[in-house]
Order: sequence, then C-alpha cells, then structure tokens
Amino acid sequence: MSLSAPDFYRSLADRAAATLADRDLDRKILIQVGSATCEHAAGSQAVAEEFARHLRASGRNDIVIHRTGCTGRCSREPIVGIQVPGQIPVKYERVNRDLVHRIFTEHIQSQTPVLKHILDHTGEALPEREFMFCEGSRCKGPGAGLRERFQALLETRGIAPQKVRAAAASCFGACGLSEGAPAAFVLARPEKVLYQVATEEDLVALIEGHVLEGRVVERLKAKQEPIALEFLERYGDVAFFNRQSRIALRNAGVVDPESLEEYVAYDGFKALAEVLTRQDPDWVISELTKARLRGRGGGGFTTGAKWAMARKQADATRYIICNGDEGDPGAFMDRSMLESDPFNIVEGMIIGGHSIGAQKGFFYIRAEYPLAIKRIQMAIDICKQNGLLGADIMGSGFDFDLEIRLGAGAFVCGEETALIRSIEGERGQPKVRPPYPTDRGLWGHPTVINNVETFANISAILRFSGGWYARIGTEKSGGTKVFALAGKVKHTGLVEVPLGTTLSRVVNEIGGGVSGGKALKAIQTGGPAGGFIPASMQDMEVDFEPLQKAGSIMGSGGMIVLSEDDCMVDIAKFYMAFSQEESCGKCTPCREGTTRILEILERITQGEGVPEDMDKLHRLSRLCQRTSLCGLGRAAPNPVLSSLKHFRDEFEAHIHDKHCPAKKCVALIRYEINAEKCIGCTICARNCPVECISGARKEAHVINQDACIKCGNCFDVCKFTAIDRV
Amino acid sequence: MSDCCHGTDNWEELERGYRAMLPADVLAFIDANRAKEHSESMLIATLHMVQGHFGHLGPGHLEAVAQLMQVPLAKVTGVATFYHYFRLQPRGRYLINVCLGTACYVKGAEKVAQKLTEELGIHFGETSKDGIFSLESTRCVGTCGLAPVVMIGDEVHGPLSPSQIPTLLEGYLARAAEDMMANSASEPK
Ligand SMILES: Cc1cc2nc3c(=O)[nH]c(=O)nc-3n(C[C@H](O)[C@H](O)[C@H](O)COP(=O)(O)O)c2cc1C
Ligand code: FES
Repeated sequence: MSLSAPDFYRSLADRAAATLADRDLDRKILIQVGSATCEHAAGSQAVAEEFARHLRASGRNDIVIHRTGCTGRCSREPIVGIQVPGQIPVKYERVNRDLVHRIFTEHIQSQTPVLKHILDHTGEALPEREFMFCEGSRCKGPGAGLRERFQALLETRGIAPQKVRAAAASCFGACGLSEGAPAAFVLARPEKVLYQVATEEDLVALIEGHVLEGRVVERLKAKQEPIALEFLERYGDVAFFNRQSRIALRNAGVVDPESLEEYVAYDGFKALAEVLTRQDPDWVISELTKARLRGRGGGGFTTGAKWAMARKQADATRYIICNGDEGDPGAFMDRSMLESDPFNIVEGMIIGGHSIGAQKGFFYIRAEYPLAIKRIQMAIDICKQNGLLGADIMGSGFDFDLEIRLGAGAFVCGEETALIRSIEGERGQPKVRPPYPTDRGLWGHPTVINNVETFANISAILRFSGGWYARIGTEKSGGTKVFALAGKVKHTGLVEVPLGTTLSRVVNEIGGGVSGGKALKAIQTGGPAGGFIPASMQDMEVDFEPLQKAGSIMGSGGMIVLSEDDCMVDIAKFYMAFSQEESCGKCTPCREGTTRILEILERITQGEGVPEDMDKLHRLSRLCQRTSLCGLGRAAPNPVLSSLKHFRDEFEAHIHDKHCPAKKCVALIRYEINAEKCIGCTICARNCPVECISGARKEAHVINQDACIKCGNCFDVCKFTAIDRV
Repeated sequence: MSDCCHGTDNWEELERGYRAMLPADVLAFIDANRAKEHSESMLIATLHMVQGHFGHLGPGHLEAVAQLMQVPLAKVTGVATFYHYFRLQPRGRYLINVCLGTACYVKGAEKVAQKLTEELGIHFGETSKDGIFSLESTRCVGTCGLAPVVMIGDEVHGPLSPSQIPTLLEGYLARAAEDMMANSASEPK
C-alpha cells in the first residue's frame, strides 16, 4: 500500500534524522570544507585531503570532515570552519597546507584557535558566548538601542567581553513570524537559541538566566525559528554574512550538497509534502502572488501570474524549465545555488510542475558549469531512488520527471524562446512573442520558464507564507535578491539582501568598498543588457523599477564595481563587443546595429572619434532598441546609452581632447620616464618587449615613443614610480 | 566527407562504416534515444558527447551523427557552428581558456591573455607546435570572485597575474611529460 504524502514525508524525515543521528555530528568536532567551483580553484580539495591525512594520523574518531557548498565569500577561499561542540564556530580564511597543520594541532588538538587567520579577523580573542541582535530596518522600532543597553548591563555586572559579546546583525528574515507585541530577535550562540526581547527587564532576564545560570529563558524564546538560523549560527559573527538576509542561499555553506538527508534535516521537501497533501495548485499560486515574488532572471515578471497562465491552458501536456544558462559574464549566483543546494532547486521545480500540471521538467544548464551539472544530476538520481521524482511522487499519485539539457555557449539561449529551441535540438534563435511560452512553448505545448533563483525561493515561501516573504521586500517586489559582487570591490562574493536595500550598503558595507582605496566611479548591474549607476546615485534602493528609471536593469544579479581607474567608454565598448559577438544574426537591427555601434566606439577609443559620433551612437542605439526581435538586441544598447547619459564628459574628452581620463585607452596614452626619479636600474629596459627603452646603467632612461607599443610592462615593473602614464 | 563510406549505397554497409567512427558510449546513447519521443532534440547532447571523446567535432563525426540520428547533415553542421562551445578543429592536450568576462576584464584579463600569447607563441584559436596547449577565450566561467581567471582543462586558476603564467604553464608541461613517460613505459616495445 502506498503512503499518503504526510506519512511519506514523516518517514523520509525519520530516515534522514536516523542517518544523521548515526553520524552523531552534534557531539563531534566538525571540520567544514567548502566544495564548489571557486573553492576547488582556490585549492579546497588539497586542504580537505590534508585534513584527512592529519585525521588518520591522529587516530581520533571524534572528528569529522564535512563537505559543504559555497558560502559565497570568493576572495577569501578556501574557507574552513571548525565547530567544536559547545563553542562558537570558527572560520579560517585562505587556508593552505601549512595552515591546516596549525589548525589541526593548535585549534583542534590544543584548543587554541589560530587567531591571526580567522576570517575577517579583528584580532580579538573569541568570546565564549555571543548575542546577535537583529537590527534590520524592520525591527528598528523595538530593536533600537537594545544592544547598547545590553552592553551596558554586561559592563555593570563586570562580565568581560571575552565571556559574552553583543553583536549587531541584519534582518534575520524572522520578521512577520513574531506574534503579539513588537519585540526584537536576539540569537544566542553557541546554544543556537532565538529570543525575542523588548524591554530592559527581558535583557536582565537573559543575563541572569542564560549567561549566569546557563539555562534557556523559556519565557523569551521565539515561537518559530527563522529560516536561516543554521546559517547565522555558523557564519553570523562575520560582518559580510550577518549583514545579509539569506533565503535563497540559506543552505549554501551549511548542507552537504550531495546529501538528501542533510537537506531534509533542514526541512527540505516539507513544502513539497504540504503541496502534495493539499493538492490545491491555486493555494500555491495565491501564496506566490501574495509573496510578490518576481522572476529573478531579469524581466521581473510575477511568478504567480506566470504559473496561473500556464495552468489555465486547455492543452494538458505542459512543461516546466529551469533557466540555468546564466549568460551574464560576471554573474555566478545561479551556478553557486545549483552547486551548493541542488535539492532546493529540484524541490522548487517539482512544486512548479505540480502547480501548472506539467508531466516533465528540464534543467537547461550551461556546459561551462560541469560541477553544477554533476550535482543536479546527482540530486535528480537520488530523488528518483527515494520516490521524490518519477511515478507517484510521495505516494500522491503525481507523476513528474526531470532531465538536464546542456547549453553550448550561446548567450542568446538564455532568452526563453531561444532556450526552447535549443532544448528542441535546434540553433538557439529566438522567436517573435506572442505567443508566449505559457501559451505555446516547448514542442508547441504550454511551458513555464523560470530562473534558478526564482525556484530557490519557492519552498521557503510555501513554508513561511507569502505574507512573510512580501514583508521582507518592497511595496512592489517581495523577498531578497542575490547579487554576484565582483570587479573592483574589496570582498567579492555572493550577497543576498532584501529588495529595497541601497546599492551603497551592498557595495560599501557588505562589499567593503572599492579595493585599493580608489574612488567608486559606477556600479554596473544587469550585465550586457544593463547599465551603469554612477557613484552619485549609490543611495538608490535596488528594485526593478528604480534601476530601470536610472537607465539600467536589475538583470539576473551581476554587480560589477568600477573604480576611477575604469574608462566608461572602454567598458561600454566591452559590452557592445560582447553583444555583437553574441547576436544570433537573425534580425537586421541587432546584427547590423551592434556592429555599427561597436565600430563607432572603437573609433572613439582609438582617438579617431568625431563630434557627430555621440549623436550617431544615440540614434543607432534607439533604433536597435526599438526594432530588434528579441531582448538581446533590445537591451544591447543599454550600456552605451547609460554611459552616454551619466558619463558624457568622458566621451567628450575622448572625442574632442583625444584624452582618456582614466588612462585606460591605449591609443590615447603615453609612457614617459621621469628623469628625476629614474635611478637607472635598467629593469624597465630589460622588460620591454620591443626594446624601445635606452639608457646607461645608473643614468636616467628614455622611451622611444615611435617604437613603443604601450604595453605598460615598464610601468608595472618600475620600483621607483619613475614612469608616468600620461 | 569521410573516406570510409563511399562507393556504396548499401545502408547496412554505410551504417557499419559510420558506427565505426563513433565510440561505443555515443552509439549506445544514440540507439537508446532513437525510440524516444523528440529524439532529434538529443542532437546537442550527442555532439557534447562526441566532442567530449575526441576533443573536437571533425567533418566525419558530424556526418556519422547525422546519418545515425537520421537528421540532415545541414542541420547538424548548422547546430555545431552556431554554438561557441563546439570546436571544429582538433586541439592540444590542454585547452587554455582565458576568461574575458566583465569581472575578469576589469581586473586585467587582457594582460594575462597577452602574457599567455607571448609565452606560448600562439594566438587565440591556435594550438602550440608540440600539440600540448590550445589557446582560447571564454566569457565567464562563473568564478568572477577570483578574477582574473584562466581555465585549463577542467581546472580554474585565479586570481592570476601575468608573472604567474610561466610557472603555471610549466606545471602542465611537467604533467604532460609525466603522462607521456607513463604511456611509453606501458607500451610494449
Ligand atoms: C538575451 C537574453 C538573455 C537571457 N539570459 C538569461 C539567463 O541567463 N538566465 C535567466 O534566468 N534568464 C535569462 N533571460 C530571461 C529569460 O528570457 C526569461 O525571462 C527568464 O528565464 C524567466 O524566468 P523568471 O521569470 O524566473 O525570471 C535572458 C533574456 C534575454 C533576452
Ligand atoms: S568574468 Fe571571468 S569568471 Fe566571471
């Protein structure tokens, strides 16, 4: 006899709990090593092997090496977490073999953490306990000043900071879960207890009960746990992380991406069980609509509405597709989610399939992401073996299958109609819409296409309700958005923040500002289809509409930070070269338009621009925008138009003065040796590939400008800053 | 056109010739898909497998795939040339893909690319004389946080500065030499 969905889920959860109980992780020391593409590139596999070697040599059986996905802290990889029972978890950055040895012998065997190498270390010793106060904007009312008061209470009682530390954190994503009078959330670590406090009396109770007597103050315990509790517990002491609000990325860096049991242990497939128990797709669609979830692939179309459209079709053969093409060069959040929490995306897809009445779903993943493909395939296989995919899912009578189809390196295939053609085995050329895929998509049947991150949010919304999700975002768009922060920023990585957070907070507070102490020039969002937000507008809130109004788009979440060293004409040219190369050639405005625009930009950066060029660029761009067949051509001119709008002076300098203000465009710069600073060390002459630098030892050198190819080698190697770029 | 299959129009003979051109796993894949609905949609997946095996898609491979999948050769060629990921020329043992995506570009990928062309003495799209390295560029491998990056085979390296390139290449040269030694040792004289 087959089980009903609730029974099926209970038995799945019990099995997962039993497997994990066998491993007895709560009482063991965990060595957590990240395993995703970036971690591997940074050497995490060698680090894991080195730990394994130490572990074998030590003969201890109370230590386990735990594999997780990616936390999204790219610039500090490989990151290793050490969790000793009863202590606050410690993370180390840039771990190599030598550091493995020190961590193992000093921290694990002798209980003295290697303070100098702790992630974002502040040099302070680690406290025994920590209270993290939610100071997200939504808790501002009750939360204001609580942490300071708590600190003062600690001081008057003579409790040293090494014993108890009070820290600030961003929104826990728990708002809306609280009942009754407003109260702020406080997370106590390492006990992982979530409290809700409002008054001085509550704070005193925490100190007397939790700190001094070491017991949980039941009266103040939160009724429900926030979604990212485990993430906060492990990473909450790092500012980069605790200023984020993780929903889509809640399991990234927490679970082993290849373990169904771990995913289930963090409430995985609970939402699916509920969906299959209720058997009411209208409920799912209404929750998504209430959540104000908008597609994370760039367009921002309301997901609930899209699903409703496919559902009401007469044709009963329907498909659902996960768009994992991630074509924006400079974006990597989809890859990270596929690699770090594959079961979550699979769960979102099954729920989507059930809601629209599809029998089959496809993952379309770019071939450049081999690990993501492997992890998703593994998740699909494991789900099939466990009755979560295939016939009669969870005993509910719902049949649904998933399959992976690979991209093959064509940006336009991220566009939904082109993607459908690619799955059909054709050249990925887009079609005119309407008909929209929800009417006639894959093989002519109703099809829903959503982005990876859109699917990553589904299970969370259904577990915590649409209203909860909507409260986290803005008036128009609910929830959070993951950004891939890269370029000239100190901390590169993945950042998930509530929609409506300011750009400045993302780039400066979380990202640590521009690297190398340079000035911020602009923030690029939306990749080749987006535009530039000048530094002067950095206080803008990120949401679909404000970004569009400023001449950019939200896009899929790539965020490239540009500094004073970047030339806006050059970057506009870079994006146009990309779009020109990726134009599929089907429609003339896009094929010819991008080619001509690129020609003009090339001319300008070569110092051959003429005054009419700016006007020409503008007209051509508008034409390409208005008349192209698909989103590629319609959006391709955006970087040019937005740089013309915000950085007109740079274009003028290139055209009128033949000068590149950022000193980036090779044709417009020159290298000169400052005779006063040059000591004649000869290093520049030795490194010049065309041998155009002359001068005797210990005498000032000179560059022969006619022969110089402006490669900049001399500039880079000179130790006396004697070479000027002018 | 391949040489194997001319001078006859006997399908069984032709088929035997085409089958001989593809490895067993690809043949099994094509056979398994034949009976399925929308089997022609597996063309791209099949080409991925063929390229995975041979490193590139030669004219003979395309013809064999077309014939065995019963898809017009024009379509197979059309697909193979549309997608950048497919390579129609043979390549070296290690494919070096320099990322020229946005994040890498603003972090100086061009200088890394220039150093690579200098060190290898080849341009983009070419293979070194010894057949060990091929140089190509790509748009983002999704590790932008480590920019600028270079992907060699399946391995991602970053952040790289031009001065690290020689050591990086030496590592792969040493690996290639080791492989060759191991191979020649295991081959009977
Ligand atoms: C040229 C072009 C490239 C695109 N690339 C992607 C992509 O890489 N990933 C993605 O999810 N959506 C991409 N889109 C958007 C898709 O067409 C589609 O709107 C999206 O996948 C829908 O999912 P969502 O509603 O969840 O956002 C692209 C659109 C265009 C015009
Ligand atoms: S831009 Fe190079 S890895 Fe993304």
